[in-house]
Amino acid sequence: MFSRAGAMIVMAVFTLYFLIPLWWLLVASTKSRGQLFTTNPLWFADPQFIQNVTGLFTYRDGVYAKWLLNSVLYAGVGGLLATIVAAMCGYALAKYRFPGREAIFNTVLGGVLVPATALALPLFLLFSRIELTNTYWAVLLPSIVSPFGVYLSRVFAEASVPDELIEASRLDGAGELRTFFTVSIRLMTPALVTVFLFQFVSIWNNFFLPLIMLRSEELFPVTFGLYSWNSTINQFPELRTYVLVGSLLSVVPLIITFLLLQRYWRTGLGSGALK
Amino acid sequence: MQHMRRAVTVALLTAGALVVAGCSASGGDSGSASGDCEPAGGDVTLTFTSWIPGIEDAVAMWNEANPDIQVEVQTGPSGNAGTYQNFFNQLEAGNAPDLGQIEYDALPNFRVQDGLADLAACEDVVAAEDQFLDWTWAQATLGTDDEVYGIPQDQGPMALFYRSDLFEQNGIAVPTTWDEYKAAAEQIRALGGYITNFSQSDINQFAGFVWQAGGQWFQNNGDEWTVELTSDESETVASYWQDLIANDLVAVYPPWTDEWNNAYNSGEVWTWNSAVWGANSIASGAPDTSGKWSVAPAPQWEAGDAAAGNWGGSSIAVFKGTDHLYEAAKFALWLNTSEEALTSLNETAAIYPATKAGLKLPVLQEGVPFYGDQKIYDVFAQAASEVNPDFVWGPTMTQTYADVSDGFKAAVSGSGTLNEALASAQESTISALEAQSIPVAK
Repeated sequence: MFSRAGAMIVMAVFTLYFLIPLWWLLVASTKSRGQLFTTNPLWFADPQFIQNVTGLFTYRDGVYAKWLLNSVLYAGVGGLLATIVAAMCGYALAKYRFPGREAIFNTVLGGVLVPATALALPLFLLFSRIELTNTYWAVLLPSIVSPFGVYLSRVFAEASVPDELIEASRLDGAGELRTFFTVSIRLMTPALVTVFLFQFVSIWNNFFLPLIMLRSEELFPVTFGLYSWNSTINQFPELRTYVLVGSLLSVVPLIITFLLLQRYWRTGLGSGALK
Repeated sequence: MQHMRRAVTVALLTAGALVVAGCSASGGDSGSASGDCEPAGGDVTLTFTSWIPGIEDAVAMWNEANPDIQVEVQTGPSGNAGTYQNFFNQLEAGNAPDLGQIEYDALPNFRVQDGLADLAACEDVVAAEDQFLDWTWAQATLGTDDEVYGIPQDQGPMALFYRSDLFEQNGIAVPTTWDEYKAAAEQIRALGGYITNFSQSDINQFAGFVWQAGGQWFQNNGDEWTVELTSDESETVASYWQDLIANDLVAVYPPWTDEWNNAYNSGEVWTWNSAVWGANSIASGAPDTSGKWSVAPAPQWEAGDAAAGNWGGSSIAVFKGTDHLYEAAKFALWLNTSEEALTSLNETAAIYPATKAGLKLPVLQEGVPFYGDQKIYDVFAQAASEVNPDFVWGPTMTQTYADVSDGFKAAVSGSGTLNEALASAQESTISALEAQSIPVAK
């Protein structure tokens, strides 16, 4: 009984630990610039949240809304394409026998170990060559590559797509592509949602690539835009409120994505473990 | 956020090291040869990178008046937060913008890496020298006689922001020398306050103190660099502040944080030795103290002296490889000297101009309500005329700042002293220069 209470206390402490910064952000977003340093940081003072949000969306002709849309585009489209590519690749590695299969898989696995940051600069030099820097493609194309997604897809394809089913589908006269898109992909759905979520979050949070690639404000994703503003706060204090409110609002799409896809990934995370 | 910034800096430096290490000599430099400053004779589009919010308003005026020279504004984080590294990456890839915002203390780094076009080839630029305060121009010539590597945009002459109400109520005279400043610090401490906050991370502010004392951190004779972080003046300034720290006469909050703002807002800290742009920092960080501040000339080392330090300021530089040196120089001059542009920059970003005429802008002659309607810019205009033109920045300031700051952080928490921090940064700076094959005079 005591141990259970102890566990609950530990859980409660950590829950607080994770939620306090969010709570602070929520409270700070409702304050005027003058009240930010002069009132209790964890409690409201004359909330003017609507006013702050309006200010944020009108500042510099509403560039913040553009940034949010860009992020949704980079993370949404990039995540979707990355998932399809990773699914096909992982499925092929799991279900077909061909020479060099293990070598390819091990190379991809090695790719998991290379941090995205280390690739940003070589990518910049490559993209400079083909004059694609400072375009949507500069962020979108590298986002389609997800070695970790390939790895996950392979594991899940092995676990959740029985060979007998593929055989049956072939006997019924379906081609490989049709088999993949009508049979296999449905069995892999929980796993693919997990892959999509992982990729969506990592593109959403990846600001180093945009930092190196992008120069035009209208192409920025929201993370990089906020970072840019934040870097000049000492010089231009009026940006502080916008950074705070902007940070708070930029979490919302992530939360929505998670809630929408929740039932899929909960089954997905466990399904590979019990087989 | 400090950690974040540190992490980003480290990541950027690492990335930069990778560039240097994997230097593929792809430099097919198609730019104009130096000494060639001729109009292109057709329609020209220039790219210009700056992180100043609202600078596109000024650029829009230019574009309207100059259909044949259109300027596109690109933006990004402030220089040290990523934009400088981007410039280096772009120079490496051969797609640098025509113009870029570069702070004075970063110019030598770009010069040493051979990233800047020499604007001395342009007659208009040479002819414009007289419009600038001699020391701001010296920041752009990097101490040479016949080379110009940027057009000065703004400056940060330093003075003393102080709580006139508290000084008056407690019968303490506003200090005019650093000795008086220390005496006032003791009186204020006895009342439970602090005279100021010593910043462990604004190393360019500390450099401003050394600058005011007539000291140098670097010298460059065209061939070799001399590093003098431990010069007599630098040591004197460090000992002075070390003494205040050791006797608990100054607060040591990390600057630009909530607790720092709070210390000013609550009246715990009474003065700030800061640059002209600091006026906005106090107004936004300590709103409850509105109307209670004034500005006085900086305390002097010798009674009767008149010397000021500088903290901040930047220039608009033209990158090597531009095909349009003439047009780029023309635009940079207009942006930093014309009254309409300077007025716009002051309105949108509180830019304090580097030109003599700019200091006479109508907006800079007015009383400021937050400072009890004092015409504070008169004090700064006076300070601007008292800044030593001989102060030169080194070519690896990011590293120097980081190393000094590490030592200062240790010193304020009681291990080591400011002087030891300077001594160790002296060594690491020399090593950093040698690592980049930059000749150092022994």
